[in-house]
Amino acid sequence: MIEIRFHGRGGQGVVTAAQLLAEAAFFDGYYCQAFPFFGVERRGAPVMAFTRLDKEKILLRSQIYEPDYVVIIDASLLNTVNVLEGLKEDGAVIINTVKSKEELNLDCKNIYCIDATDIALKTLGVPIENTAMVGAFAGATKLVSLESVKKAILHRFPGKLGEKNVKAAELAYKTISGEE
Amino acid sequence: MKTIITRGTYAAAEAVRLADVDVVAAYPITPQTECVEKIAEFIANGELNAEYIKAESEHSAISAIIGSSATGARSFTATSSQGLALMHEILYIASGLRLPIVLVNVNRALSAPINIWCDHQDSISERDTGFIQLYVEDNQEILDTIIQAFKIAEDKDVLLPVMVNLDGFILSHTYEPVVLPDEEDVKEYLGVYEPPHYSLNPDKPVTVGPVGVPKYYMEIRKQLNDAINNSVKIIKKVNKEYKKLFGREYGDGLIECYNLDNADTVLVAMGSVCGTVKHVINNLKKEGKDVGLVKVRCYRPFPKKEIKKALKDAENIAVLDKNVCFGFDMGSLGLDINATIKDKKICNYIVGLGGRDIKIEHIKEIINHVEKSKENTTKWIGLNKY
Amino acid sequence: MKQPKYPREEYFGPGHRGCSGCGAAMVARMVLKVAGKDSIVVTPTGCLEVFSTPYPETAWRVPWIHVAFENAGAVASGIEAAIKALRRKRGMYKDRKINVIVIAGDGGTADIGFQSLSGAMERGHNILYIMYDNEAYMNTGVQRSSSTPLFASATTSPPGKYSKGEDRPKKDMPFIMAAHGIPYVATACISYPTDFMKKVKKALSIEGPKFIHVLQPCTVGWGFPANETIEIGRLAVETGVFPLFEIENGKLKITYKPPKRKPLKEYIKRQKRFRHLTDEDIEILQKYVDERCKMLGLD
Repeated sequence: MIEIRFHGRGGQGVVTAAQLLAEAAFFDGYYCQAFPFFGVERRGAPVMAFTRLDKEKILLRSQIYEPDYVVIIDASLLNTVNVLEGLKEDGAVIINTVKSKEELNLDCKNIYCIDATDIALKTLGVPIENTAMVGAFAGATKLVSLESVKKAILHRFPGKLGEKNVKAAELAYKTISGEE
Repeated sequence: MKTIITRGTYAAAEAVRLADVDVVAAYPITPQTECVEKIAEFIANGELNAEYIKAESEHSAISAIIGSSATGARSFTATSSQGLALMHEILYIASGLRLPIVLVNVNRALSAPINIWCDHQDSISERDTGFIQLYVEDNQEILDTIIQAFKIAEDKDVLLPVMVNLDGFILSHTYEPVVLPDEEDVKEYLGVYEPPHYSLNPDKPVTVGPVGVPKYYMEIRKQLNDAINNSVKIIKKVNKEYKKLFGREYGDGLIECYNLDNADTVLVAMGSVCGTVKHVINNLKKEGKDVGLVKVRCYRPFPKKEIKKALKDAENIAVLDKNVCFGFDMGSLGLDINATIKDKKICNYIVGLGGRDIKIEHIKEIINHVEKSKENTTKWIGLNKY
Repeated sequence: MKQPKYPREEYFGPGHRGCSGCGAAMVARMVLKVAGKDSIVVTPTGCLEVFSTPYPETAWRVPWIHVAFENAGAVASGIEAAIKALRRKRGMYKDRKINVIVIAGDGGTADIGFQSLSGAMERGHNILYIMYDNEAYMNTGVQRSSSTPLFASATTSPPGKYSKGEDRPKKDMPFIMAAHGIPYVATACISYPTDFMKKVKKALSIEGPKFIHVLQPCTVGWGFPANETIEIGRLAVETGVFPLFEIENGKLKITYKPPKRKPLKEYIKRQKRFRHLTDEDIEILQKYVDERCKMLGLD
């Protein structure tokens, strides 16, 4: 079973990101589960969401305490939230930042940096980075295919909005994986 | 048939749409709200042909549903926690009038302190209202159970309201795959709703809800008790038929036995925590240790015979309760298992109150504790120091 | 006034357990004479419910339901919604109007059932809600309700050294209902059966929520001989204590103007519930009535 924790702020589409990843994984033949941290947070407050993927039916219902991956949509959280809490030793961080991993100096072996804000501004015209981060996750981990990520996005956001978000995910995927 | 990824509240709404309900009445309350929002959306889009009464309270929601059900319409309402508590008085009347209402309760703790997260105190507090009470483990079971609930409620040998309980947030707000049966198949399965003979119809006037004087009251209550007892076989039958048509079953409909062979230690639980328990059982099995689970799906009527049989070889019985019977220092399921099983070690564990997360370690702690325990005790799990 | 013809059929049958001289039974009988067979009646807890349905007997010859005390508005909402759904989905009641009528006491309406009533009216259900007002909780033994008039004696507002009886004026239900913006509100009194039945008939012809407040003197609670129910009701109207009017789409219209309003004393002196009052007390009440009659344009 693979467990992923998303960090962001209320209003950034953190829960949607976890759901899109779950749906993409489902298209790739996984069982999946996505859920928010059950809080009373309002817009702007730090929020979390979780995704589980497995080849077998997922039975576990607890929150995620030792994630395999942490996806950080808002780098400003590094100063306020222990985003690495419980991360497995061989786990990885995918973070939206303009900094390099050396500059970030995080206590983690596998770090993937991506300027998802720039991608979002270029593709969507607004700094909403959740779809780009799902694309980045796919590109970094190859756990889910880009095709399935696109399918999940279009399913969630039909029409123009979906197409723009697909572009964001695609660009992030390519940037992080170096694939063309 | 298609699979969608959806949250528990939407799975419930889909079931209501598939059941082609005639009247819905509800009042918003977290974490139930999204269920009736989705139903309102279905009606607004023409995907469900129903009347939606935007009641001004849960008390009025259940009252309106009594009115509509008594008039011969397939009727539905949903609520949580304080909302269910506000309905309390009227729940007895729904069963007393023998109305086949389906009520979804998205389990949430009761105040005070106010808390929107999951436990079972709300529905357990309505244990004796004469409702059939079913508890589900995952989102697929939500959908399947609500469809089954109409079949059970409307059975001429039952004619009782059914409460389907699903865990707030843990299921209601979790996305996971759910297989949606085809509308036509569900339509065929449930059939066109034929209301009971005592429905309000000007062509056959009846008096519904008269004064039950002492000479008659007790017999009427006995008939209600008989009806809920009889529903055991209908719940089993419905579960079997459903499997035949839709390919899914939930134990025998009343309880589900999980890995009981070779297990000296057996946990008894209700709702979504059964998934976490199964997860732990599977991992322990890989390590060569057998632990079992009896999932109580049907809490009322309480399947005494089935539970007795399932636990006959168990040596250590651990009952998990997401509720407390204050002043008895036990949970409600713990009390019931103690009343059902004699001469066995039964420990009761109070878990997950007010959304306290139930972790893998907690389940392991329970297994260790019950195995080491010399006597029947009650223990609160996952408490912080205070 | 020409006496209109009403059907001979009775849908509220004889043999019920109402007190002799009971005005509530007269309300039910008159309403159903007008409403006829195609009606479903909701009655919340109260005298009418109790005396008309001791199982296995019933006085109701139309479908009737009692659920609880405080939810008649909601129950009627559900019935109305069900009729709509059944008509649309199953072809029932095609080309046929089904009257959904609540007949509820003042406690079940103005007090405990108030929220449920307000919800039903606000949502615009096509129902007729009739409040039979006997001005106290008669079923449980004459406790005051918000519909009990000023200075009346009730078991929970007894007169005494420090009390003149009920210390608050009567809650103004018709105007509160009119404030909901419903198409039809009326007051009536069982002593004017033609007027009452005309109003029921009119209400039933209007689509949407309707409310009729009908005064129904209670021989036990008010303290007068059982053969005087009609007379006491007539005095209530003729003294101006209970004016008869309609509020149709927000427009107030007096439907009966007493040729010369009688002094309040004639009404008060006939009832035991007011027997503790002095002439000065009655003077205060008279002023109260005069002001209201002026406000309504009765004088």
